[in-house]
Amino acid sequence: MYHTGNLVKDLAEKHGRKRESLMPILQDIVRKHNYLTDEAMVEVATELDISAAEVYGTASFYTFLDTVPRGKNVIRVCKTITCSMKGKIEIINAIEETLRIKVGETTPDRMFTLLETNCIGWCHKAPAILINDMPYTDLTPESVVDIIKDYMRR
Amino acid sequence: MENKGLNKVDLIFEKIDAKSTLEKAFAMTSEQIIEQVLESGLKGRGGAGFPTGLKWKYTAAEKEPEKYIVCNADEGEPGTFKDREILDKAAYKVYGGMAIAGKAMGARKGYIYLRGEYSYLLPQLYIELYKFHKLIVEIGYDFNIEYRMGSGAYICGEESALFESIEGFRGEPRNKPPYPTTSGLFAKPTSINNVETLVTAMMIIEKGADMYVKLGTKDSRGSKVFSISGDTPIPGIFELELGMTVQEFVNAFGDGDTKAVQVGGASGFCVPRKKFAETIIGFEGVPTGGSMKLFNSSRSMYNVLHNYLEFFTEESCGQCTPCRVGCQQLLKGVEMVKKGDSKSAYLNELVKLADTMKIASKCGLGQSVGNAFKSIVENFREEVIY
Repeated sequence: MYHTGNLVKDLAEKHGRKRESLMPILQDIVRKHNYLTDEAMVEVATELDISAAEVYGTASFYTFLDTVPRGKNVIRVCKTITCSMKGKIEIINAIEETLRIKVGETTPDRMFTLLETNCIGWCHKAPAILINDMPYTDLTPESVVDIIKDYMRR
Repeated sequence: MENKGLNKVDLIFEKIDAKSTLEKAFAMTSEQIIEQVLESGLKGRGGAGFPTGLKWKYTAAEKEPEKYIVCNADEGEPGTFKDREILDKAAYKVYGGMAIAGKAMGARKGYIYLRGEYSYLLPQLYIELYKFHKLIVEIGYDFNIEYRMGSGAYICGEESALFESIEGFRGEPRNKPPYPTTSGLFAKPTSINNVETLVTAMMIIEKGADMYVKLGTKDSRGSKVFSISGDTPIPGIFELELGMTVQEFVNAFGDGDTKAVQVGGASGFCVPRKKFAETIIGFEGVPTGGSMKLFNSSRSMYNVLHNYLEFFTEESCGQCTPCRVGCQQLLKGVEMVKKGDSKSAYLNELVKLADTMKIASKCGLGQSVGNAFKSIVENFREEVIY
């Protein structure tokens, strides 16, 4: 849980209060807080003067607009064919071991969430993952652990 | 069968003086630009291959004063990553191509829909965009581009789903007609073009249609940026002339043990070794938005098929039944055959289902699931069963 404070109002000022402002507003909330709470979605609905069901209906369509709690750093491991052929399983095992969570889970300190995702466009440098917006490619079980540890120190 | 062999080309990433090309384009009439693009034979580079000149012509013919040019940068097809490279290395040519398209059809406003997975590129893309807008003002023209971001939905690469997403809705494809050229983004006439198409159009204006028709074959003019991955010693992005056979491609990019090439991504076709020599990569053979995946004999084609079906089952928007249920049943079906819970003849029923999906699905996603499914099941039946 988080409190949105003035965030939704500020974003509505920035992106406008039309229907087409909805995606940019939701994307900015997720960028700041990693997921959408019911309260945040109701606030957005109020600002745009549409029903909360419309907001939830739109948000729930998009994989990156999470409506369940996520950690500060969301790790998405590409599971599509090339990454799958080039060692996705070993990458996931290494991350699971380091963070002591399974795919779909969040660490108790809410620092990391581990997810799988479909093709992220780095097949020529597989296996690849996204941590938040940043892609990491040509991974080995060793290099991915180094990257995660680097995020732990931030 | 026209066969051009394997030739490297450098058009898309070639450095050009954007200002002089744009000045040249803005000095032309709308008809002259469209004429050049029509003459070049350029077809859309996103995969569907609709003639770009025609798209522009139809949009230009609409009387509505407000029109849009939309750049489709929602590159989500498994195995495609060339649009990211183009935006990374030559964004100024994407913007330039949009301005030229805008001039051709009377649009003053452009949108780029960029997939969320490429968000990390935005800071540098905005710097390039700032320079571009400055250049446009300097030339004394009026054209403006905005970015809109995707949020991890493959289906939003479908043109009408993309419009829905920009408008703030679920990315569910619309019924066609009306086509985007009459009623697209915000119900206005819209030309929606792939990243590479727009850059190619700019290069056609720069170098002339005569140069472009010399490249490629009658059905597949020009060159194409290929995204090459899988079992290859040299994965990456290569611009090649169209009109080569899969065999020539494999000779250059294979690891010596290639048993199949998936051309056009998960929604494309699987070409087995025995058909390499007779299959041309292009609209006369196997079309591709650029995705080329090589598989060697250590790979199980069942795993490949299973992976694709999982992909489609997750990415189907769920709006129409043939696609939503069809994807689930194909996935369940191949799993049952593999486990021995169903007889191998059940595969024939699944092929019929894939055919039904092609006819009955609302958009390109459901319509093309059968491409990979049928070409893998037909060519690698034993691997799918045992």
